[in-house]
Amino acid sequence: MAEAPLKSAAPSSAAAPPSLLDHALSLRGSLPLLALLLAFPLLAPLIGGDFYLGLAARILIFALAATSLNLILGFGGMVSFGHAAFIGVGAYTVGVLAQAGINSAWLVWPAAMLVAALFALVIGAISLRTQGVYFIMITLAFAQMLYYLAISFKAYGGDDGLPLPGRSLLGWGLDLADDRTFYYVTLLLAALAFALVWRLLNARFGHVLQAARENEQRMEAIGFAVYRFKLTAFVLAGALAGLAGALLANLGGFVSPSMMQWNQSGLLMVMVILGGVGHLWGGVIGAVVFLLLEEVLSHYTIYWQFLLGAVLLVVVLAAPNGLMSLLRRKDRS
Amino acid sequence: MTGILILEQALNGLQFGLMLFLLAAGLTLVFGIMDMINLAHGSLYMVGAYLVAAATAATGSFWLGLSAGIAGAALFGVLLELTVLRRLYQRDHLSQVLGTFAILLMCNEAVRFIWGSQPVLLSPPESLAGPVALLPGFDYPAYRLLIIGVGLVVALLLWVLITRTRLGMQVRAGASNREMALAMGTNVRALFTALFGLGAALCAVAGGMLGPLLAVQVGMGESILILAFVVIVIGGIGSVRGALLGALLVGVVDTAGRTLIPMLFGALLGPEAADNAGPAVASILIYVLMAAVLFWKPKGLFPSHG
Repeated sequence: MAEAPLKSAAPSSAAAPPSLLDHALSLRGSLPLLALLLAFPLLAPLIGGDFYLGLAARILIFALAATSLNLILGFGGMVSFGHAAFIGVGAYTVGVLAQAGINSAWLVWPAAMLVAALFALVIGAISLRTQGVYFIMITLAFAQMLYYLAISFKAYGGDDGLPLPGRSLLGWGLDLADDRTFYYVTLLLAALAFALVWRLLNARFGHVLQAARENEQRMEAIGFAVYRFKLTAFVLAGALAGLAGALLANLGGFVSPSMMQWNQSGLLMVMVILGGVGHLWGGVIGAVVFLLLEEVLSHYTIYWQFLLGAVLLVVVLAAPNGLMSLLRRKDRS
Repeated sequence: MTGILILEQALNGLQFGLMLFLLAAGLTLVFGIMDMINLAHGSLYMVGAYLVAAATAATGSFWLGLSAGIAGAALFGVLLELTVLRRLYQRDHLSQVLGTFAILLMCNEAVRFIWGSQPVLLSPPESLAGPVALLPGFDYPAYRLLIIGVGLVVALLLWVLITRTRLGMQVRAGASNREMALAMGTNVRALFTALFGLGAALCAVAGGMLGPLLAVQVGMGESILILAFVVIVIGGIGSVRGALLGALLVGVVDTAGRTLIPMLFGALLGPEAADNAGPAVASILIYVLMAAVLFWKPKGLFPSHG
């Protein structure tokens, strides 16, 4: 039923100048960043060795997860308070398959994405019938259900979690147990996911999603099946979070229910809001700034959470739309 | 035997539900009237409990400590509103989430700094430490009965305040239509500040009363905050009546589920299933309850907005 308006809309949007719905990726900014990230393992020994490789991989994984949340929260207007559930589902897929003796990354990681996507499909299909605060709470409810379910899985560690025998196997002479290889693989996957989100946002799909965030009724009225677009985005975000979960399980060598507890979902939300809701780089910047702050502040004092809170409070009061909005304002002036 | 067990569970559920109501009442009013998501509400509960514990230790009297703690928490709530939260009213929900999350972190860390990470001991008054025989063969802790009594009295006072006073009328007007209440000349700034103080005082009552039963420790506010959110969503945001019903529902379902579900599983599926799945299923129960309520009543049981 949505076919006719879509076809007529496509050419005009292609001819029009970049609109508010477009999110350009400036090469001037992103290429140096990519170069820096590629060179990082070479620089790491200079500043303190392999510890920083693990930290960098963790930041990249959270950047991936936060970007997937930003896709639905920032661009789709769906404030999901249960996103960590999909990370947990991805991680548990890795753990459960590892216990069954399946360790190939080529099998396990896509399986993690698939299972997370299936969960997102069911949860999204029900949750998207509600709106606003009720959507926040119902996604939270589902995440908590999965959390308690994981606790009750005594065969897979229950409350104590599930240690993995080792990192997944990649083949091709690549060994993920080597931190440097793992970092590059993580970087590749995070960059691919980021590029996917970027392309989607500038495609018709992303435009529909963002327009529905602005005015859902109007998009319904002109013939878009908004629910289906939103559900698709929700499932995609779930799959990407599942991938992040699989990587996180590999990084730590450990899967536990606490990965999907509600404060993890809250943390992801805080990262996205900190970086900038609905900014292409919002999730990445939020994850980088939050985790680096955590790392740096905890070096100086055991009461680092107080300082972290103070910094977040200043950001909220000084930068209403997250850190990215500061950059953007500077660009314009 | 089963009759007594069910009675005991019902009383425990009532007691927990009433304390949840004290938290949820403040939360639902702040949410309904100021349209503000306050993640720091659980921190008020924690700060209240610590203040009560500290004041009790200082004065040696539970009742003096409780009163002082409640006054202190109300003052803390008012100060918080005047300095920070006031600036967040006009902002979108997501900024409020980030801002109040920041306050939550700071409160946790400040409490840890002042009182340390070890749980603080708070004992009930000596005279209420023992059990009371409610029925022949059925003893119930006196202190838990006291909690039920305090909860009922506070709920009654709140009902009088909201339905019988001018302040309550303004609060109700604000919850059902904020702009109209503004237009009719309600002094909103003062009302909001007063409401915050009231909410903080209610949190301290709950924190102080539950302190001897649960541990007074850092992070105690977070898990109960989520429950309070569940309560107000079930009850309908902005509705105190809904918060009461929601709190009692959640209290009874959660408490009864924790005892009855493992028993049920044990009877039907054997002891292993009861040990493994019982507690988890019991914890899931309230979320299933919320999902079910939202499915049939998308705006909660008592929607207060027209």
